Amino acid sequence: MSKQQQYRIKVNGQEETITAEPRELLIYTLREHLNLTGPHIGCETSHCGACTVTMNRKSVKACTVFIAQADGAEITTIEGLGDPDVLHPLQEAFREHHGLQCGYCTPGMITRAARLLEENPDPTDEDIRFGMAGNLCRCTGYQNIVKSIKAAARTMNETREAAE
Amino acid sequence: MNDMSPDRAERSEKLNGLGCSRKRVEDARFTQGKGNYVDDIKLDGMLSGDFVRSPYAHAKVVNISTEKALEVPGVLAVLTATDLEPLNLHWMPTLAGDKQMVLADGKVLFQGQEVAFVVATDRFAAADGVEAVDVEYEELPVLTDPFEALKSDIVLREDLEKGADGAHGPRKHHNHIFTWEAGDKDATEQVLSHSDVVAEEMVYYHRTHPCPLETCGCVASMDKVNGKLTLWGTFQAPHAIRTVVSLISGIEEHNIRIVSPDIGGGFGNKVGAYPGYVCSVVASIVTGKPVKWIEDRMDNLMATAFARDYWMQGKIAATKEGKITGLWCHTTADHGGFDACADPSKFPAGFMSICTGSYDIPTAYLAVDGVYTNKAPGGVAYRCSFRVTEAAYFVERMMEVLAIELNMDAAELRRINFIRKDQFPYQSALGWEYDSGDYHAAWDKALAAVDYAGLRREQAERIEAFKAGHTRKLLGIGLTHFTEIVGAGPVKNCDILGLGMFDSCEIRIHPTGSALARIGAISQGQGHATTFAQILASEIGLPAESITVEQGDTDTAPYGLGTYGSRSTPVSGAATALAGRKIRAKAQMIAAYLLEVHDDDVEFDVDRFVVKGAPERFKTMKEIAFAAYNQAVPGIEPGLEAVSYYDPPNMTYPFGAYICVMEIDVDTGEHDIRQFYALDDCGTRINPMIIEGQVHGGLTEALAIAMGQEIAYDDMGNVKTGTLMDFFLPTVCETPHYTTDYTTTPSPHHPIGAKGVGESPNVGGVPAFSNAVHDAFRAFGLRQSHMPHDQWRVWKIANDLGLHN
Repeated sequence: MSKQQQYRIKVNGQEETITAEPRELLIYTLREHLNLTGPHIGCETSHCGACTVTMNRKSVKACTVFIAQADGAEITTIEGLGDPDVLHPLQEAFREHHGLQCGYCTPGMITRAARLLEENPDPTDEDIRFGMAGNLCRCTGYQNIVKSIKAAARTMNETREAAE
Repeated sequence: MNDMSPDRAERSEKLNGLGCSRKRVEDARFTQGKGNYVDDIKLDGMLSGDFVRSPYAHAKVVNISTEKALEVPGVLAVLTATDLEPLNLHWMPTLAGDKQMVLADGKVLFQGQEVAFVVATDRFAAADGVEAVDVEYEELPVLTDPFEALKSDIVLREDLEKGADGAHGPRKHHNHIFTWEAGDKDATEQVLSHSDVVAEEMVYYHRTHPCPLETCGCVASMDKVNGKLTLWGTFQAPHAIRTVVSLISGIEEHNIRIVSPDIGGGFGNKVGAYPGYVCSVVASIVTGKPVKWIEDRMDNLMATAFARDYWMQGKIAATKEGKITGLWCHTTADHGGFDACADPSKFPAGFMSICTGSYDIPTAYLAVDGVYTNKAPGGVAYRCSFRVTEAAYFVERMMEVLAIELNMDAAELRRINFIRKDQFPYQSALGWEYDSGDYHAAWDKALAAVDYAGLRREQAERIEAFKAGHTRKLLGIGLTHFTEIVGAGPVKNCDILGLGMFDSCEIRIHPTGSALARIGAISQGQGHATTFAQILASEIGLPAESITVEQGDTDTAPYGLGTYGSRSTPVSGAATALAGRKIRAKAQMIAAYLLEVHDDDVEFDVDRFVVKGAPERFKTMKEIAFAAYNQAVPGIEPGLEAVSYYDPPNMTYPFGAYICVMEIDVDTGEHDIRQFYALDDCGTRINPMIIEGQVHGGLTEALAIAMGQEIAYDDMGNVKTGTLMDFFLPTVCETPHYTTDYTTTPSPHHPIGAKGVGESPNVGGVPAFSNAVHDAFRAFGLRQSHMPHDQWRVWKIANDLGLHN
C-alpha cells in the first residue's frame, strides 16, 4: 500500500478531485468513487474492452490505466454519451438492430463505437470490424453490432447533412 | 356501447405477441450503462473477499500462516478450512452427488483451488492480504490424463471410503467416479460383429470453458437483527441456490433471499455453487458486514466450471449400402478433482444418450466412465443441454468417418439414415422419445440453399488444382444435422439435488389492464422480459408493452429451477402460457357475467371475449380486468391472478441443418469461413429477431471451441490458458457472416409448440466447423483429428499428410 494522493480528472464534463493510491485503476475510480458503473470489468488485462472509456479523445481500457496516468485527463464514459430523453444514435441503433444481449459488453462497445465514428464518420463493414476488434462480445456474434454501428453512422451523417 | 372492433389482424398486431420481432425492453438500461450487475451493488460498510489459490495441481497443505496477512492495512480476517470445520462448511455437496472442498482441507487437487479467503475493506487491500498469506505445500505426483489415472496407484481422493459405492453406483478404482450405461450392450456387440462395415474412431471433445464476459461473483449480507441472509449473485438457478444454501448452512429457507440481478452471460458457468459463495456468506456472518466476492478472469478460467473433456471411443456399423445398423460408444470423462458436473441427478453423463442423433439407429449402446484427475472440477453444460454438444459432435464425426469407410457422400449417408417424419414420436435405441421433426425437409432446404452439388464440383476442381500445384488452398464443406434434447425436464426422471425440474409463472393483472408476470427462469441475456411478455400477450390479449416480466428474486418469484439447458421456453415458457390460460378462464366467466350470457356462450378473440355469433357484443380484456376489481361477480372471487407450475410431459427436440464452407491454407494452417448457413427448427418461433441473435452468438461460441478455444494443462497440471491472452475468444475480425434460415415443426406436447433455441447453434456449430476442416483433407486421407483446429494443429494435419513435401 502506498500513500494516497490527489488527482483531478474531468469526467463527462464534470471536474472531479480523487484521493487515491497511485496504483488505483481508473476503472475502479470510475465505478467505486464516482459511481459510474456503466463501464464494466471483464478481464483486467486489456483484452475484452468491457471497461472502454474515452480518455483525451482516445479509446482506452480503463482496467489497465492507473489513476496517476489519468491525472488531468478528460474522460467520457457511457453515462456521458446520451441521456434518457435524448439517446445517442448508437444507443438507439443497438436497440433497433439487436446489437446486444446480456448487455455486459455494451457500454464499452458503444463508447468505443462512438469514438470510432468520430475518427471515421463513414466506415465500411471492414473498417468497423477492424476498429472494434478490441471489444469482445460473447453473446451476439458481432453481426448485429456491425449492423448497429453502420446504421448509427448513417443516422449521424444524415443529421449532420441536414444541419449543414 | 362499444365501438366497432377493428379487424382481428390489426388487433393482433397491436399486442406484439407471438411471432413478432419485438424490440427488447431490456435494452434501454443496458445501452445507457444502467444495468445492475452484481459488481454494481454497493452496500454500507461492504467488505471485499479474495482467495489464496493453490499454485500446485496436487499437494499436501502442510501449514497456512495468516499472521502477516492480518497485519496488512485493511485486512480484517483470513478464513481457512480450520475456521470452517466447526460449522461443517469446509466441504460442500456438489450437484453431482460428490462433495467438494470449500477451502483446502489438508491437500489441494488442482491448480487454482481455493486455499484461504481474505476479507478486507476493499479489493486492493484484499489482494495485498492474499499475497501475504504464507502457505507451505508438499508436492504430490500429478495425474492429468484420465486413462493413466484409472491405472495409477496414486490416490487423489483419500476422503472417499475405499471400496464404497459412489453417488452413481460401484467405483472400479480409487480414481474412478461412476460407470453409466444406456442401451443394449449384447445386442449392439452382435450387430457390430455381423455388419458389412464397421467404422471405429476415438473422438475427443477437449476441455474448454464457458467464459461469460462477466465472471462469477456474489454479495452476501447477513442481517443479524432480523436473522435474514440476502445473497445477490450471478446465479442461473436462484431458487436452487437458496435451497442449497439452506441445506448446507442450516439457515431456514424463509430467512434466505437470493437475488440474481442482471447477469452478464452465463452459458452454464453460473449454474453451480462455488466456494466463493460459501466463504462470502460465512465472512458476512463473522464480520457482521456485507461481503462482496468477484472472481477475476484468471480465477474464472482456472477454477469455476470448465466444460467437456470427453474421450469418446466409437464404433458405427452399417450395411454396404450405408444403412446404419448399430452404434457403440464408450466415453472416458475427465471430471477433475471433484465431480461437480451440473446434470440432473439420475444422469451423471447428462443426456449423452442422445448420441444416436438424427438417425434411425435400431441398436445402440453407451457407457460412460467418470474419472478423477488433478484438474479443476466442473463439466458443466456450456451452452448445451447436459452433454448434448458432446453427443452431437460424436455422432456427427462418426457419420463422416462412416462416409469415408463406405466411400459415400456424407450428405447422402445422412439422408438415407434420417428418422422419417412419419416415425415421430420416435423411440430411440437409447431410450428417448423424440417429439417431432421433419429432418429430410430441413436437409433438402439447406443443401439447396448452398448449392451443395455445385460446392462439391468446386471442391473436386480445387483438389485437382492443388495436386497440379496451382493453389495452396483447400476447400472444406462441413455438414451437420443435429438433434437436441432440451427443456429438462419431466419431474419423474429429472431432478437436481432432489428438486424436480418443473418451472413456474405467476401473473397478476392490474385493474387498469396491465400485468406483472414473475417466472422461475432467469435471463442472462436471452431477453425473457421481452419474449415472455409476448407469450402472455397472445394468451391474455393485453399488449406486451403492458406486461412487466420479473425474474431472479426468490422472495417474489415462484419456485423454478432456473435457466440453462435451453429450458426457459420449454418449461417456464409453458408455465407462462398455462398461467395465462388460467387468467383467460376466469376472464371468460367475468365476461359472460358482464354480457349477461352463459360462460359457454362467449369465446376468446385476440384481445376480448365476444358473444358467439354476435361479435359486436364483447368485453375487452382491459374491461374485464377492471371488472375483476370493481364488480361483485356472483360465485367468483375478486381479483385476476394465476400461478402455474409446469411439469413437462417430455423433453423437446429442436433440430437443425448447418453447412460451413471453409478455405484452408495448407502452408499456414489458417482458415477462412467463406459461408455459413444455419437452418434451425425450434418449433413455434416467439421472436425471430431474438432467435437470429441467439444463433449468431451460439455459432460464434462454436467457432471458438472448434477453432481454438481450450483449457490446456501441462504435465504438472499447470493451466496454460488462464488469461484471455491464451484462451481464445473470437473478436469481430475472426467472426464470419452467418446466414440463418428456419423450418417450423411445433412440439406436439408444448402448450405453444415452442422447443427452445439458445443452445442449438453451439451444439450444431461445433461439428459443422470441425467437419469442414476434416472434409478439406478427406481426399488426402484424413479420418480424425482432435479439436481445437487452431493454425498449428491444422498445419500439423497437412504436414502429417505429407502436403508440405
